[in-house]
Amino acid sequence: MKLRATLDSGSRQAYRHLEHGFDAAFDAANPWRHLGALAFLFLCLVLATGTYLYVVIDTSVLGVYRSIGDLDRAPRSLGGLMHSLHRYAADAFMLVTLLHLGRELLLGRYKHFRAFSWLTGVPLLGFAFVSGVVGFWLKWDQLAHFSVVASAEWLDALNLFGVPITRNFLSVATVSDRLFSLFIFVHIGAPLLLIFGLWFHLQRLAAADVFPPLTLTLGSCATLLALSLLAPVASAAAADLSLIPAALAMDWFYLWPHLLMYATSAQTLWALAALLAIALFLLPLLPGAALAAAAAVHPEHCNGCRRCVEDCPFAAIVMVPNPKAKTQLAQVLPELCARCGICAGACPAASASRASGFVTGIDMPEAPLATLHRELQRGLERIGERGVVVFGCGQGAATGQLASAEVAAFSLNCVGMLPPSFVDHALRNGAAGVLVAACRPGGCAFRMGDRWTAERLTGVREPKLRTGFEPQRLRLVRADCGEEETVASALAEFRRALEQPAADNKLSTRMASNV
Amino acid sequence: MSDLPKYLAQALLYGAFALFIGVFSSWPPYHQLQPDQALIKLSIKHHGKLIAECRQRSAEELAKMPANMRQAADCKRERSPVAVEVDIDGLAAYRHLAEPSGLSKDGASTVYQRFVVGAGPHRLAVRVNDDARIAGFNHQREEAVTLVAGHVLVIDFQGEGITLQ
Ligand code: HEM
Ligand code: HEM
Repeated sequence: MKLRATLDSGSRQAYRHLEHGFDAAFDAANPWRHLGALAFLFLCLVLATGTYLYVVIDTSVLGVYRSIGDLDRAPRSLGGLMHSLHRYAADAFMLVTLLHLGRELLLGRYKHFRAFSWLTGVPLLGFAFVSGVVGFWLKWDQLAHFSVVASAEWLDALNLFGVPITRNFLSVATVSDRLFSLFIFVHIGAPLLLIFGLWFHLQRLAAADVFPPLTLTLGSCATLLALSLLAPVASAAAADLSLIPAALAMDWFYLWPHLLMYATSAQTLWALAALLAIALFLLPLLPGAALAAAAAVHPEHCNGCRRCVEDCPFAAIVMVPNPKAKTQLAQVLPELCARCGICAGACPAASASRASGFVTGIDMPEAPLATLHRELQRGLERIGERGVVVFGCGQGAATGQLASAEVAAFSLNCVGMLPPSFVDHALRNGAAGVLVAACRPGGCAFRMGDRWTAERLTGVREPKLRTGFEPQRLRLVRADCGEEETVASALAEFRRALEQPAADNKLSTRMASNV
Repeated sequence: MSDLPKYLAQALLYGAFALFIGVFSSWPPYHQLQPDQALIKLSIKHHGKLIAECRQRSAEELAKMPANMRQAADCKRERSPVAVEVDIDGLAAYRHLAEPSGLSKDGASTVYQRFVVGAGPHRLAVRVNDDARIAGFNHQREEAVTLVAGHVLVIDFQGEGITLQ
């Protein structure tokens, strides 16, 4: 167990380095942070180009090879480009889908409230494989023949069908137009199932990141277009069922299971596929750390404003009629709740400066805002006028070791749990400045925490900060888990800046660009 | 700070992505057979003979039956399994008894097997027994074949005999 944990955190750390490297080049359009959206983009490309191909080519056994050949002979014409784009987008789709799966796996994002997204993702992978493999059959070249026979041998190994399917592919004469229509039916049907499944896949995610940022969209499309122009896809020789070609140009994104089968046996491939499916489906059930208590609504302080509903990243809050008032009341669905506390940060009732004591409409029972409020109060008394308050993220860079005589540091479960009123309160009650350390853009373990925090603090999103203090007294720094150094140096620099006369304008610009 | 290094890095990474997709969409090639090999596929789908002779019903028996079911022959539906043997160059390559399909064992027996062999001349002997009531084999075929590299030879059972294509 210990070893596994060490390996886990080691590989996560290594992955974060990779992601941070890409941050430097791509900023918010970092492809690693948008893999699901990229998969969707490539799926859209495949659907669009596939529809074009379906309209222009002759989809009969005898016509299809010739008509795709016609496209290939003019690789830079519209038809030729569509053919190449369809293939390359399909390959890219499989690649990023696998990376998307791998990333969720590596970051441990498959349990509890994420089990639904995970479990609905697994069949998508199956549909993607079926779509892709059958796509190769439609070309009816030697590669198609190889893949058809290998697939038929695989299916026959189960002995489900009275008649072995392989017998359909012994000679060209046995392949009928009807059989070919079936291939087309499957090739179009599986993507439709995939889209249907995708709808479920995204059900439990609020504001799902479905479309990559514009620059990433344009960059990815341009890349595939350039590849299609520079290296157009070519078909192999026409299928001749009585010959096996000496070498086949192999597509390693979709067709590798065939090779695995020939290297082992059809039965082995079935066993491996079944094991993989079982493992993927059972993964969310694996024992792990228990979750804390779900967010809890305090009905007497909930005014029915819906802000928690809008900010909850996992659609775990619904509004129900309030039995005691005309307004509505928030209700948490505990099995969907991620325990992030982003809802508490969204609650306008969480006012830190109320004379009658701290209240909030929604809170985390095991780490309530009331406790943070008390500690903040004590911290403010301790650090005095030159002091700085640091609010950090329990999932991001640790901030505990920053505490000193003049620094009060607090770590929230997620920085998104911080109600902006706490920042106001700190600034109005003696702190010289407030430093908020959020994860890097798109790096939130709960999807939205870093983004909502930045938007709340810049006044783009409710609840907003009260204005009336000098903007340079607040700074937002971005640092993921493991980047404690970044926060420490940001703090040191912030404190130096606070010592300077307030007239230093550059600071406020820096603050704006930081956010 | 100039954004140029950023754009260069992006271009490089997009290029690497394109290279990865472009390369592994067709390379490395796969060699199903070595350059000097050929393939023999044994693929048979054949209904074995009925396991029991049909019995002729007597006139009285027929009279007792409902009019729509009166058929002179009373046949059991179960079929013989099909035994298949293949020898290549005098060596036993395959021995199999294929049971008939279907719950009442009234369907076809099927056999599918691939043999990778060296290109060149081979002696093939194929024996089939589709009748459980007789011993030995009621269909046999021996043939000398010369296989070109990459060629697929299909052994089948069609009509009343073993075919090589
Ligand atoms: C998940 C979705 C899909 C995937 C992964 C996929 C994948 C593929 C692949 C890998 C090929 C072989 C390409 C080649 O090497 O030439 C192919 C061919 C083809 N696909 Fe799709 N496809 C998808 C959806 C569609 C749809 C929705 C249509 C039609 C409405 C379509 C129409 C075609 C046609 C007509 C061909 C044969 C022409 C050709 O080879 O380019 N595809 N597909
Ligand atoms: C077929 C292709 C797939 C597409 C197009 C796709 C797309 C997406 C998208 C757009 C999101 C939302 C990301 C966000 O807003 O944070 C997402 C989330 C997710 N996907 Fe997929 N997905 C696919 C396949 C899979 C597979 C195969 C798995 C794993 C078995 C998977 C597991 C997940 C999980 C666990 C989440 C939730 C992430 C989170 O809560 O932070 N997906 N997917």
